[in-house]
Amino acid sequence: MTNLPGSDLIIEVLYIIAAALFILALKWLSSPATARRGVLAGEVGMLLAVVGTLFHKGIVDYKWIAIALVLGTIIGVPLGRVAMTAVPQRTALSHAFGALCVTLVGTAEFYLRAPNVSRFIMSALSLEVILGSLTFTGSLMAAGKLQELLPQRPITYKGQNIVNLGFLGIAIAIAVYLTLHPDQMYLFPAMIVIPLIFGVLMIIPIGGADMPTVISLLNSYAGLSAAAMGFVLDSKLLIVAGALDGASGFILSVNMSKAMNRSFTNVLFGAFGQEQVTAAAGQEARPVRSATPEEATAILAAANKVVIVPGYGMAVAQAQHKVRELYDALSKRGVDVTFGIHPVAGRMPGHMNVLLAEADIPYDKLLDMDQVNGDMPHTDVALVIGANDVTNPAARTDTSSPIYGMPILDVDKAHTVMVIKRSMSPGFAGIDNPLYYLDNTLMLFGDAKQFVGNIVKELSGNSGGH
Amino acid sequence: MKADLITSLYVFMLAAFIGFEVIRRVSPLLHTPLMSLTNALDAIAVVGAIILAGEQKSTLATVLGTVAIVAATSNIVGGFIITDRMLRMFKSSKTQKP
Repeated sequence: MTNLPGSDLIIEVLYIIAAALFILALKWLSSPATARRGVLAGEVGMLLAVVGTLFHKGIVDYKWIAIALVLGTIIGVPLGRVAMTAVPQRTALSHAFGALCVTLVGTAEFYLRAPNVSRFIMSALSLEVILGSLTFTGSLMAAGKLQELLPQRPITYKGQNIVNLGFLGIAIAIAVYLTLHPDQMYLFPAMIVIPLIFGVLMIIPIGGADMPTVISLLNSYAGLSAAAMGFVLDSKLLIVAGALDGASGFILSVNMSKAMNRSFTNVLFGAFGQEQVTAAAGQEARPVRSATPEEATAILAAANKVVIVPGYGMAVAQAQHKVRELYDALSKRGVDVTFGIHPVAGRMPGHMNVLLAEADIPYDKLLDMDQVNGDMPHTDVALVIGANDVTNPAARTDTSSPIYGMPILDVDKAHTVMVIKRSMSPGFAGIDNPLYYLDNTLMLFGDAKQFVGNIVKELSGNSGGH
Repeated sequence: MKADLITSLYVFMLAAFIGFEVIRRVSPLLHTPLMSLTNALDAIAVVGAIILAGEQKSTLATVLGTVAIVAATSNIVGGFIITDRMLRMFKSSKTQKP
């Protein structure tokens, strides 16, 4: 059946349709209203491409293909069913799997072709396996840190960058040499092992708070390695998919680095954990104003416009559903409640939106930083739950602050700021937050879930019978 | 051969531009589903693995190809499932009438 004349042509046409569907899939993702159609387009495109490939002339045996497809599905289904809080580590793990696939195919292709490999193919192949192997171990490390199997805190030592770049440099040197002399096949394993080590070293200095940037960057690497594989196999479909994935990861990396106020070269070279902040010195006990749930409730109930600013602390406290109850209770009283989401308010880009959507908060209430900041002076109450550095006004004014220049949510411009926090301890960067000492700030000390729950109870108690 | 490579470079260049333009328009609301979807699409690398495992030109190629299919398929299946799960949760306040 596979020897029909023109079966190659049919496969190619299926690939072209698949590539078009992939582009449409991303296009439809532009709005939540059409996004699910995008997934469907992606699925149809994938199905066409895989089925088309099964008709490839050279395939002599389907046994291993079938076993592998079944096994992959068995592994894939539980990975698609993880909790929403675990999506970042799942994503990191899937970058690792993608990179593994690319590296293995690249390795097999090399040993099938060597030493008769053209220079162009050899350089694409080198790029493929170098990016693939460093993304593989780097993503596994990232997943380990996110799952808290590995220590979250950054591990740094003197000369770390030189060591890391040295490893990368050696790998590139081998790649160049192999490109010129593809018959030196004994060098190939080194071109895989060294980037594997580099991937581990690259993630060691990175702390938990930088994970959104790292995941995006690894996403981009995974895409580029797949595109390189497309060059090796002369598969335009793979080039298209890899380029789309690479572009997506690149855009997200740039977004995240802007949101974290890190320079782009900083991101490109993976030197994230650089700014080692010396813990805020001279912390004299400054007076803060605190409030009880009853007082907080009275202020919220009297407000017309409330902006809730959630941070990852909210997710850690599992307070999303209580926050949703608060949203319901306030909305019922006619209070305009929206959410101000900082780009890095989570463990990966967009993570906070997913966590809030899971708690049934309508997406049109989830606003990004720019949308919220314009309205902040007209906001009666800004309620900060589990966020810290992204609300720190020092980022706007204090040039000596390590986070100076980082875009923040201007909660201090609201009439009243309420901050739910366990204690006065500083955030991940170890920076004191002047927000807490402002005259219009009320500290609500306690567990986020419990505190919000108390406010909700108060609100429903006062609302009278209806 | 040379002409093919140039064509491939053109395809890459054009796809990268399309990627930038299309993805810039993706709402920041959906950046997590965006990443899981592009991840699933990227697993199209499975086509290369299928050919390796099916052609069986060498034992090494068959073994590596088979493992590569497992890795890519788990990304395809898991990626589409979780993307759809996430997107189903995004509801507008206009349509949401509990």
